[in-house]
This record gives sequence, structure tokens and C-alpha cells, in this order.
Amino acid sequence: MTLDARNIHVTINKHQILRDVSLSIPKGKLIGLIGPNGAGKSTLLRTILGLTEPQSGQILLDGEELSNWTLKERAKKISYAAQGAPVHWPLDVRHIVSLGRIPHMDPWQKINPLDDQLIHQAMIKTDVLHLADRLTTTLSGGERACVMLARAMVAEADYLCADEPIASLDPYHQLQVMDILRSLAKEGHGVLIVLHDLTLAGRYCDELVLMNQGQILANGPPDNVLTAENLDRAYHIKASRWQENGDSFLSPWKISGRPDRKG
Amino acid sequence: MKISPPNLILLLSISLCALAFLSLFIGAADIPARDILSALIGNASTSTEIIILELRLPRVLLGIMAGASLGLSGAALQGLLRNPLADPGVIGVSATAGLGAVIAIYLGLSSSFPLSIQIMSMGGALLATFILSFISSRDSSVLTLILAGIGISSLATAAISLTMNFAKNPMSLQDMIMWLLGSLDNRTMTDITLAGPFIIGGWLILRGVGQGLNASSLGEDTAQTLGINLKVLRMRVIIGSAISVGATVSVCGAIGFVGLVVPHMVRSLIGHAPGRLLLPSALMGAILLTLADLATRAPFGHGQLRLGVVTAFVGSPLFLYIIYKTRGTMR
Repeated sequence: MTLDARNIHVTINKHQILRDVSLSIPKGKLIGLIGPNGAGKSTLLRTILGLTEPQSGQILLDGEELSNWTLKERAKKISYAAQGAPVHWPLDVRHIVSLGRIPHMDPWQKINPLDDQLIHQAMIKTDVLHLADRLTTTLSGGERACVMLARAMVAEADYLCADEPIASLDPYHQLQVMDILRSLAKEGHGVLIVLHDLTLAGRYCDELVLMNQGQILANGPPDNVLTAENLDRAYHIKASRWQENGDSFLSPWKISGRPDRKG
Repeated sequence: MKISPPNLILLLSISLCALAFLSLFIGAADIPARDILSALIGNASTSTEIIILELRLPRVLLGIMAGASLGLSGAALQGLLRNPLADPGVIGVSATAGLGAVIAIYLGLSSSFPLSIQIMSMGGALLATFILSFISSRDSSVLTLILAGIGISSLATAAISLTMNFAKNPMSLQDMIMWLLGSLDNRTMTDITLAGPFIIGGWLILRGVGQGLNASSLGEDTAQTLGINLKVLRMRVIIGSAISVGATVSVCGAIGFVGLVVPHMVRSLIGHAPGRLLLPSALMGAILLTLADLATRAPFGHGQLRLGVVTAFVGSPLFLYIIYKTRGTMR
């Protein structure tokens, strides 16, 4: 059982964004999608979610073409935490988390005790239970990110996709969110996240997919992907690396070249 | 002040019934409350029955239908557009409905065929609805739809001005202005037969969009990944609102501010979840319009006060008060 992208090509406004991209998200793995700005990471994520239509190629959800699934059935299988966690009305945290149950509800259905239990558990796991009655508009960025993860978790979907879930969070919340994502993978979910923090990507992810200019440059275990050569080619940077207590660390250190400028 | 949604719905329903009865009670002829009740169940003298069922009841029913349409579509549109400033006017149907009516008055059609104003106006509303549904079926964003609505609205307003500009005589011009200010005077069951099916049809289209609107508060992408078909949601909200508001305007004239202010009133009572606002907003809209219609008949108005003027005068200060009270939470 996997969520697969096969030979995906995406062109938006005559710009080719993805060229022959293939990717597999098995259950129980935390996959990090990395690459410089504009490499096509978000577009790939959106294509996998069915939000962007590929020109060619297939998305296979448990072996079945994504377009053969109804929107509701897809939503029960794949949940999504959008970048920046937008919320357009001042709604309380419990209500926001409960929206994650919508794939399982008919238009008129109310939240039932089983839903309530799931919502409660998700808020405990993401440590936002104490915020339950606060308006999301009054939360900090880190608290919001955790609320959105709780919302994505209550869908009980097999796969979870998150677009830059730790962007602009403080170190505590970055680690907290990564811990939650890793534990979700350990529980058997297939988790795909877009990341910019190479240190955390290398530490937490089971596998990394490095994208560059709409193509996959490397993928596999973090140590095989985050090589000096790949970092130079994709990011035009040199990283400093060291070992401590058997863990390997990496920190972007200096610019090694200039990105290609396309008009 | 906070109240649970079911309690609010109950409270609003009771208030609406009381106000509707009060509205039936007030009129030139003094009819005791008991006789009104017996007239409603078809058990009173013929003259009383005529006054109640043919003169006063259509006015009360139309007021309720109009207010409910405006409140409901205001709440639905604000939810869809995720914008508390949206009101049924933004989709342009009010203006095209007004244009239809003004053209009918210009041509003097109503002297030969009394219902021509309503029918022309309905035609205007349906034309705008048709254009909007064409645009929304092309996978347009909500922003495109709203800009299209503004374009339609501006064009229709320009055409209204042009028509007024060339009005054949002052009487005709006055009729146009009076019609545009909105009224429930002298409405009959024929008006209800004409507009009722469209109004109720619009309500039925809007029925059940609440879940989609709730999901949309997380943004369109997230709503779609929660299993909501956004294209269908957009079509339902836009077309449902257009049909019910268009039909409302065609029989009552342009009535401003109800659709904008009512969802805010309801929000201050039960919070911001857009799906929860729909039914209470319909009831609150009906109440507000029934109250405004009562005010137009108050002695100080000398029978000249128009409905749209009252709703704007009651609505705007209320609106200012509410946004002042909720300034901390609206960000």
C-alpha cells in the first residue's frame, strides 16, 4: 500500500514546472521533500493531493488512479496541512480541529462522541488541549502549526502531506512538530513533508527526495542524498558536517556558486 | 453575549412569529387579534378575511421571504468569499433586477400590464444569474466571480442612470426612484406566486452548503482536500443567492444592508463558523425586514417612508456598533 507519483509532468502557464517526476510514499515512512525555492516541491505536493492536474503521468493511491477516487474518499485517505496554516475566521481551536472530521461526515451530520474522542486525542498528541477554547487568530505561529497538525490527524488518513510545516517556527516548535510527524510515521502513516531545514531533514526523515529545476536530483536515505556534490548542484552551497555521539550533523555554511538565471 | 445555536433559532422563530402577527394587526381597519386568528384559519367574516388574507398577509409573507433571502444569501456569500464585507449586492443581481424594473417603468408597460415591472425585473436578475453561472462553470476563482459581479453591477447601475436620465416625464422618474428605494406596499398574492417559487428554489439550492463553507474557512486548497467539491459549492452559493435575491428585488425593490449586517448580528451571538450562521441569518433577516416594514407604517413616516431607506438607517448604525464591539477578534 503506497501513494505513488509516476512520471509526472506539470506545465503551468507554458512553464514546465515538473519534468518526469516519480516518487513513492510507503506507509510507515517519513519522507522529506527538499530542494531550492522554485524547484517544484509544492507543485509536486499539490499534484499528489489532486489540487494540480498533471499534463501526463499518474498518481496512484493504493494502486488505483487518483482520479477514480471521489473527493470524499480521497480525503479519507490523504490529509493535508497547508503552508502557513490559513484560518479565515476567528474560530476556536476545538472547532478548527473538528473540521478535520469533515471527510467522514454527511453535510448535515453533527460531531458525535467518537469524533469528540479523536479530536481530544489529537489535541493531546499535539499538545494543544490547553488552547481548546482559544481563538486561532490569537495563537502564536507555533501553536497554530500544532493545531493544524491536530486537524490533519483527526481525518485518520493513511497519508499525510504537509507543506513547510516548520517554516518560521522557533526551535522548540520545530522540534515538537518534527517529533509529532515522526511519531505519526511510526504509527504507520505515510508522511510527506516539504522542508527547507536540511539539519532537521537529515535527522528526522527516513528518506529524502532532493528536487532541482523540476526534476528529482537524488533520493534515498539522508546520508546518500545530502552529499557535498548534491548540495552544490542543487543549492549552490557548501555545508559544514560533523559527528557527535554517532549522529551526523549538517549545517549550511557558505555559498559555493551562483544559481542559473533564467529570463 | 453567547447563546447556543438551537436556542437562538428557537428564540428567533418565536420573535418572528410575534412580529408577523403584530404586522398583521396593524393597518387602517381596526381588527381585533381574535378575528385575525380566525381569518387565518378561514373562519371569519368575508370582509375581515379579505383585509387579512389579501391585503395584509401578502405583505407580511413577502417581508419574511425577502428578509430571509437577504440574510441567508448574505451569510452564504460572506462564508464563500471568506470576507465579512460581502453582501448580496456584490454579485450584481440586485442592480440588474433594478435595471429591469426601471426599463419597464420607462416604457410605461405597467399601465397596460400591471405585473410587467416584476417580470422585467426578474428577467434582469435571471440574466445576471446566467452570466455568473457561465463564468463560475469555467473554473473561475472566487475573486474572478466577485469582480465579474462588480462589473455586472456597475454596468447595470450605469444603465439605470441612463434610463433615468432620459425618463419621459417627472412622474415616471419619481416612480423609478420610489421603486428603487424598496417597498412592500400594496403587494398581493400574485407577487408571491410570481416570486415565491424562485425565492424558495434559491433557498433549496443553498440548503446544505454549510459544511462546505465551514471547510472553506481553512482556505480553498484545504477545503478540497477535506473532500469538498469547490466548483459545486461556488455554483450553489452564487446561483442560490442570485435567484432568491433577484426574485426578492423584483417584487420588493432594492433593499440594502440587510444581507450585510444580519450575518454580523448573528456572529456576535453564536460565533464565526460560517455554516452555523445560515439558518439564524435567514430568521434574523426576516425579523429585521418585518421590523423595518412596521417602521415604514409608523405615523411619523406619513405613509411616504420607503423600506430600503429604513433598513439602511437601522442597519448602518447597528453595523458600526457591531464592528466596534468585535474589533478585537476580527483580524
